[in-house]
Amino acid sequence: MSDLLTVRDLRLSTPDTVLVQDLSFSIAAGERFGLIGESGSGKSLTSLAVTGLLAPGLRAEGSVELAGTQVIGAPERRLVGLRGNAVATVFQEPLTALDPLMPLGRQIAGPVRRRLKREGAETSRAAVRDEVMALLEQVRLPDPVRLIGAYPHEVSGGQRQRVAIAMALACRPRLLIADEPTTALDVTTQAEIVRLITSLVDELGIALLFISHDLAVVGQVAERVMVMRHGRAVESGPALQVLTQPQDDYTRNLVAAARRFDAALEGQG
Amino acid sequence: MSTVQTARPMGKGRRSRGNATYWLGLVLVGVIVLAGLVSFVWTPYALSDMVGGRLEAPSLQHWAGTDRLGRDLFTQLMIGARIALIVGCGAVGIGAAIGVTTGLLAAFATRFLDDALAAVFDILIAFPTLLIAMLVVAAREEASLGTAILALGIGLSPIVGRITRILTKQVLGQDYITAARVSGTSWGAIVFWHILPNIAPFLGVNLALQFGLAVMAEASLSYLGLGAPPPNASWGRMLQEAQGTVYTAPWGAFLPGLALFALVIGINLLADGLRDRFDPTKGAA
Repeated sequence: MSDLLTVRDLRLSTPDTVLVQDLSFSIAAGERFGLIGESGSGKSLTSLAVTGLLAPGLRAEGSVELAGTQVIGAPERRLVGLRGNAVATVFQEPLTALDPLMPLGRQIAGPVRRRLKREGAETSRAAVRDEVMALLEQVRLPDPVRLIGAYPHEVSGGQRQRVAIAMALACRPRLLIADEPTTALDVTTQAEIVRLITSLVDELGIALLFISHDLAVVGQVAERVMVMRHGRAVESGPALQVLTQPQDDYTRNLVAAARRFDAALEGQG
Repeated sequence: MSTVQTARPMGKGRRSRGNATYWLGLVLVGVIVLAGLVSFVWTPYALSDMVGGRLEAPSLQHWAGTDRLGRDLFTQLMIGARIALIVGCGAVGIGAAIGVTTGLLAAFATRFLDDALAAVFDILIAFPTLLIAMLVVAAREEASLGTAILALGIGLSPIVGRITRILTKQVLGQDYITAARVSGTSWGAIVFWHILPNIAPFLGVNLALQFGLAVMAEASLSYLGLGAPPPNASWGRMLQEAQGTVYTAPWGAFLPGLALFALVIGINLLADGLRDRFDPTKGAA
């Protein structure tokens, strides 16, 4: 069976440094895959390479095949068709990932209209609005009527991230990339957002590439994980196995540090 | 109460001051716009009729006095308001059309083209706007209102272009542009729906500044005899004509100067106030 996303021997570099190398992994349709690593390990770059959004100065080599299309070296025209259709992304900081001067409803309406057009469905104002309301309900946002007219700074961080998720889902992608979607949120909101993302991708049959430095969160979300350090994969396998019986020293240190942190929290509480 | 005041004295002070300047700007611009509009249907006298004595002081018959040919100065001021507004809007329109287009082009261009365009902007900005405008008038070989507008518009465009380029690059670096791209938004839609609205508040204030500069520059062109030719009355030409009699009839120079000052400062205050009012990320939320 062919996978939805296949990354083979990916290498990302600037003229003087290599940022990611020898990276290979694949995600099957509907699978939840976790990418773990400290900041600077190249995980976000990897996600940008998957969507073909690398900054102009970066060189990508190797192969990234998304829904049967080679992303590396593809012309912008083909990538625009792929984005939204095959892949969508939820970013780390929802405040900056939403346009500060556009009401939330209109931000969701954009991708909704593109998808309806793509599917050949009706794109009247009412049809788009109905779909936007349905999406807001799907991400469990209260008071959608008020929200569609609100600006990003007028709602809470958790609500902003729900809007960002609604925007990503509005495209009906086959792969959802969540790039540290909970890092900017407080702990209770984190848990809600993680639950929301997992339940939505399962419900809609969307594959998930979940990127985080938080082992506990990735453990909850992913079926398979890969640990990255300094631009290389140090370990990969089923989530349970990697997180309970790490083989690599670095992973072992990460897991031990996370355990100590949990123990310290419990000791205090 | 006192704790509230010590907590945010700056915020409160700024907002009320912002409101006062906004209203002052609105009144100044409003009076001049009104005068300009009314001049289309009514003026106290006909523009070039010699209706009074020479160099009369302001009176009930001639609210702003008369010039050295006995023509009514208030009539000239009203027509001058119309000319100033037409020139300002026209020049800023042309300057914005050229400047915003080239600025966006530079921001999206390859490194080489971007550097080249940025250098062109900088070189053109180094030329005085008035000099560029005079060259355009010379090239058209006739002084007319249209030529003056075109000349000033071209003269303003490099400044607008440079600001557009910088603002666009700033917005392009924002996450929401990446977010829009990753959801499959085309570049055209991104420019139209995300970039232009987000640069508009800053660009708008700057265009208002350019409006003031255009009005001043038109007055200078007219003063030099390169502006709108005689049947039109321009504040700049009024100044020039009053120059010889400034000691005997000071109002002839003072009033058009005051009108120019009021329009330029009014536009700037209004633009500042409008930006503060309509920026949804500021103020009462």
